[in-house]
Amino acid sequence: MKLKLALITALGAFALGGAVSAQTELSLWYHGAGSANAEEALVNELVEEFNASQSDWVVSIETFPQLAYNDSVGAAALAGELPDILDVDGPVMPNWAWANYMQPLGIDEATLEGYLPGTIGRWDGVVYSVGLWDAAVAIMTRRSTLEAYDIRVPTLEEPWTGEEFTQALMTIRDSGDFEYPLDLGMAWTGEWYPYAFSPFLQSFGGDIVDRETYQTAEDVLNGDEAIAFAEWWQMLFEENLVPGTSQDAADRETGLVNGNYAMSWNGNWAALPVVEAFGEDALFLPAPDFGNGPTIGAGSWQFGISATSEHPEGARAFIEFALQDRWFTAFSDGTGLLPPTASAAAETENYAEGGALEVFYELSDEQALVRPVTPGYIVQARIFESMLADIANGADIFDELDAAVDEISRDIERNSGYGH
Amino acid sequence: MASISPDNHGLRLVTRYAVLTLVAVIFVFPLLFMVMSSLKPDTQLLNDTSSLRAFLPVGDISLDNYAAAFERAPIGAFVLNSVLITGATVLLTLLVCSLAAFSFVFLDWSGKAVIFSILLATLIIPYETIFIPLLLMASQLPWIGGDGFEIGWLNTYRVQIIPFIADGLTIFLFVQFFRDLPRELIEASRVEGASWWLIYRRIVMPLSGPVIATAAILKFLFMYNQYLWPLMVVQDESIRPVMVGLGYFTDQLNVPWGEVMAYLTLITVPVLAFYLSLQRVFISSVASTGVKG
Repeated sequence: MKLKLALITALGAFALGGAVSAQTELSLWYHGAGSANAEEALVNELVEEFNASQSDWVVSIETFPQLAYNDSVGAAALAGELPDILDVDGPVMPNWAWANYMQPLGIDEATLEGYLPGTIGRWDGVVYSVGLWDAAVAIMTRRSTLEAYDIRVPTLEEPWTGEEFTQALMTIRDSGDFEYPLDLGMAWTGEWYPYAFSPFLQSFGGDIVDRETYQTAEDVLNGDEAIAFAEWWQMLFEENLVPGTSQDAADRETGLVNGNYAMSWNGNWAALPVVEAFGEDALFLPAPDFGNGPTIGAGSWQFGISATSEHPEGARAFIEFALQDRWFTAFSDGTGLLPPTASAAAETENYAEGGALEVFYELSDEQALVRPVTPGYIVQARIFESMLADIANGADIFDELDAAVDEISRDIERNSGYGH
Repeated sequence: MASISPDNHGLRLVTRYAVLTLVAVIFVFPLLFMVMSSLKPDTQLLNDTSSLRAFLPVGDISLDNYAAAFERAPIGAFVLNSVLITGATVLLTLLVCSLAAFSFVFLDWSGKAVIFSILLATLIIPYETIFIPLLLMASQLPWIGGDGFEIGWLNTYRVQIIPFIADGLTIFLFVQFFRDLPRELIEASRVEGASWWLIYRRIVMPLSGPVIATAAILKFLFMYNQYLWPLMVVQDESIRPVMVGLGYFTDQLNVPWGEVMAYLTLITVPVLAFYLSLQRVFISSVASTGVKG
């Protein structure tokens, strides 16, 4: 009897051990180590729930500081050490797909119907990544400020024209009531420049690169529309309508609320303090239309599958598990960012009907344009940033535009067209 | 012959102290700014930057930034990792490089001059330029450890230590110092029958305090400030060093400056402690060799 019991116990233990070892480990790299908001905790919660929801896969998460993340991924790709699931910034994704760091997501595209455009990462017509959130930028100000200077409150249907916008800035400047009428966020550098400012260029009718071929920036970055944009951009600084590149980070953070600036071009992540400070007087306005339609940037962090993953089906299962409205809502409520679907937005604290940030969902839905979908974007973004800073500091606009076009075109040529 | 009156002497003294105080202030103020800023909330910290208040413990002072910094990142683990990696590298560097220098200076072997020239030439190659081939090599290197035979050094302490043990600059410093040691001592010891190892251990190294301190401080600072290499070879949070940890305090747009200052204050403590512990020897080294850190 004892022997039988021992055998049964041993078999049971073996079966249990077998069941445990049958779970395959999947690695996930996440960029938000140290993020003070709830994002990291929610990603951990998502992983825990996925692991508990099935018995085939166990996702283990490794977090990286955002500052180091892209370089770490690049180094790991070189060394053949990529994880199964990658967290990737939307505009960077085409580069990673082209460089063979990632493989197509392979999920049914019908699943993604109705998602905000910036939350789906496509390269070469194929979906490689999908995001659980997006961000949107708006002109933040106070209704009372516009009323005081008899400036029309623009709407999504009828945004300011370029002339109206510039005139409004000049009116406020001439009043002498503010240090500057508009804060563009020049204190922020890096990706902020192409994300926040290339929409102005696109609204003028230009672009960072020719999106039809992605083989040149000729004519789009130095054509008549781009020249008009560059002249307007330089005028903002020459006419003291905005702080320059030496803007203090403190002023960027607090300038609008402190009354130093009348308006601020900022993202929805910075909107709640404005609501807290101004209450119902707070206004979030759409981008102005400079002739080619009003535009704002789109595309945030997304999940994808690495090219070297030996278990893409497991990675896919995890990502599909994450694509649920309840997660979108949880992330939005936790981080203040936009959920990717209208149904999830309706359930959130801030983007539901009557929510403090409801307008941002509409802005993203109506005005969002993803940054150039090309592997060369990561180089083009740096060139664009440098060009804008130089023009803001008084450089010759024709020289700057031509130099940027040459540099972008040379880079595309050096990389054999980046696979387009 | 003109004599110095007590008044002139006093004036000179006052001038000298004034200049020295000014220089000291210039060096101390950044540290003071860092420590004071670590005690202030972000809004106040940023507003204070335009005035002398930035250097004073005024306004809303608290240790909140330190508490928040500890919540944001495993600071203790990062500091311990850095101290371990840096300490091990410094000790091994001192041993390996001093032995190499000893060989260059006191032993006769063919090709010594050529190899020393090649070694000196490596001084002009920045580490960053060899990181990618080094990374590829490290990912394929074999190792026999507690888990048996394995391939690949990534995600380990050793990949953060071993590539930096031998370096041309440290060997050069030791060679320069050893060349100035009295040859008679070495020759007398050899005549007395002392082995080279005994001479190295009992005579040369005990006389080399200043260069050991200099080399140790330079290596310590280099290793403690390592950012790019650990970022490339370490994915596991538990073995990350302090400089990579700094990334925990920045994202694309917003930086919690108070917490950054608290973190910087905390990670500066081991550097200051190390420097102060070797300060006397280091200064005597600078005075005697003219080597600046």
